[in-house]
Amino acid sequence: MLVIKDLKVSIDGEEILKGINLEVRAGELHAIMGPNGSGKSTLASVLAGRELYEVTSGKVTYKDQDLLEKSPEERAKEGLFLGFQYPIEIPGVSMVNFMKTAINEMRKHRGEEPLSASEFLKKMREKKDLVEISSSLTNRSVNEGFSGGEKKKNEIFQMAMLEPDLAILDETDSGLDIDALRIVARGVNNLKSPHNATIVITHYQRLLDYIVPDFVHVLYNGRIVKSGGKELALLLEEKGYEWINAEEVNQ
Amino acid sequence: MSTITENISLKEQFLELYRNKSGEIAANSAPLMNALRDNAIGKLEKLGFPDRKKEDYLYADINSVFRQDLEKSFGEQKINFNIREIFHCDVPHLDTSLLLLVNGRFYNNGQELRELPGGVIAGSMKQAAKDYPEIVEKHYGRYSGNSKDGLVALNTAFAQDGIFVYAPPGVRSEKPVQIVNIMISDTGQMAQHRNLFIEGEDAGLNIVVCDHSLSAHRFLTNSVNEVFAGERAQINLTRIQNEHNGSTQITHSYSHQEAGSHLASNIISLHGGFIRNNVFVKMNGEHAENHSMGLYLADKNQYIDNFVFIDHSSPNCFSNQLYKGVLDDTALGAFTGRILVERDAQKTNAYQSNNSILMTDDARMYSRPQLEIYADDVKCSHGSTLGQLDEDALFYMRSRGINHREARLLLMFAFAHDVIKNIRVKALRERIDHLVNKRLRGELSRCNNCAMQCG
Repeated sequence: MLVIKDLKVSIDGEEILKGINLEVRAGELHAIMGPNGSGKSTLASVLAGRELYEVTSGKVTYKDQDLLEKSPEERAKEGLFLGFQYPIEIPGVSMVNFMKTAINEMRKHRGEEPLSASEFLKKMREKKDLVEISSSLTNRSVNEGFSGGEKKKNEIFQMAMLEPDLAILDETDSGLDIDALRIVARGVNNLKSPHNATIVITHYQRLLDYIVPDFVHVLYNGRIVKSGGKELALLLEEKGYEWINAEEVNQ
Repeated sequence: MSTITENISLKEQFLELYRNKSGEIAANSAPLMNALRDNAIGKLEKLGFPDRKKEDYLYADINSVFRQDLEKSFGEQKINFNIREIFHCDVPHLDTSLLLLVNGRFYNNGQELRELPGGVIAGSMKQAAKDYPEIVEKHYGRYSGNSKDGLVALNTAFAQDGIFVYAPPGVRSEKPVQIVNIMISDTGQMAQHRNLFIEGEDAGLNIVVCDHSLSAHRFLTNSVNEVFAGERAQINLTRIQNEHNGSTQITHSYSHQEAGSHLASNIISLHGGFIRNNVFVKMNGEHAENHSMGLYLADKNQYIDNFVFIDHSSPNCFSNQLYKGVLDDTALGAFTGRILVERDAQKTNAYQSNNSILMTDDARMYSRPQLEIYADDVKCSHGSTLGQLDEDALFYMRSRGINHREARLLLMFAFAHDVIKNIRVKALRERIDHLVNKRLRGELSRCNNCAMQCG
């Protein structure tokens, strides 16, 4: 589904990603872990199409097409979803209007009729229950005045509404208490299917107690320095990122 | 009729016009209106036309707009169009009492003045000055009389008619009075009408003014509105400016608020080549409340300039100004918001905010907050922002599959809605939401059934 080959990315002339290689197939759940500043969020942003970054070399193929050529909205319409580390507040744009516009844009892209008001509301209700997000939140402006936990739940809610093929969740666990973490994890697990894939970006192993990855990658200083199964996350938790540092030096 | 003489000053041109036409002007007006003319022309002679050297008109090129080749007629005017055929303002679910002004004259549909259900009296200003002299005399020219603006004197000297709305004490009318102000002609045209809205104690009024141009000629309107809100009276004024870009509209609004009165005004500027709105409010009694708001959407070479002056002369009053706008292409916008708190106006709460979005590098906006405070126990604040659309919010929406254009529109619309949401009449608020949405999409924002394509 997603193939990243030797991806190098700079911002303001400073190289952040120094040659990323990664392959994600349908049905897989990947965790990318790494210390602060290792380039995790940059990777997520570049995949979603943020224009702040300059791709200096490499290639990203998504569903056998060149991903980097596409605009953010084209990527989204092709089923790519980014769960934001810091979801944006948009005063004056209601959640309902926002989601309805997004869903109908996607349906249009697939050649489907727009959802009727009642179909849309029914879908909202179903998905709201999944992430235990209250109606009072979906009646408000997008993320406006939401707590940190509510914002993250809202990301999962949007993911549930949009039903992406590839979801990239950027530090969705950061700042969550244990209850919110469980809800977020349950949302991710429920949405998982053999046809879609998920990349979970996280700093802590904690989330992986609830979401079991098929693969764990360690991103360090702009490179994936280690890949393995879920046991790699436990090893990291035990030994810390210092251990990677030492390994790097030894190499 | 009209000649352009570059070497004669504008003032001289209009003084001469007055000398030649004062008889005709008076003959087609009312004695009470005529009574103020000579004094006004004397003021014009003293004050002259505002130019850009004047602090209050720094960005407005008044000279050029008045030097356009425009017909100024003061007699009966033959309208070679069937207004009712061309214009039918169809705001769904908005049941209004409709009054028409055509080129500054009350459009007679058989009744110059009528009593609306509930007891509001509305119609021709000229007729009201004859039928209700004691009321008109008490208010006409009283609130704009101290103006230092030559354009107000110009209006007082030349205005022959306009709209009169009177809500007697205790009369509360929910049904809006809608004034449709139409410019239509087969030649360029200048109009200077004069409106007077009076509310007795405990009265309530909703007034909607729609400005339209219905033919593709150059138009200039220089109008004065005087508003009196008696004690505890409530008045909601909404103005929708939607003239084509070859038109000039200068409005002067003078509101006088007595104790406990509540006045909310919203000026929605959708289209128009040159727009200058002067809003003066005097808080003349305690516990009066004023909300002056405006939304300006400008593109191409449009010029939109709002000037607001709130005079707190009584204690314990509240005022709030909110002006927001989006400027695209090479549009130029200006906002001046002045709050004057006089020495005895203790416990004043006065707020002001002006926010603009510039869509291009060539669009410009000048924002000038001016606070003048002579009392020592007041709460006043002002804020002014100027910026682009929030890139983070745009990316967030695009990452959900919403096209760039649509995302921009959603953000602009949310920005504009901040002003619109304050319009109290629901049907009107929804209609304006719809018009603003269409305007931002670059589609025509005219009333549904209006055959002319303004803008």
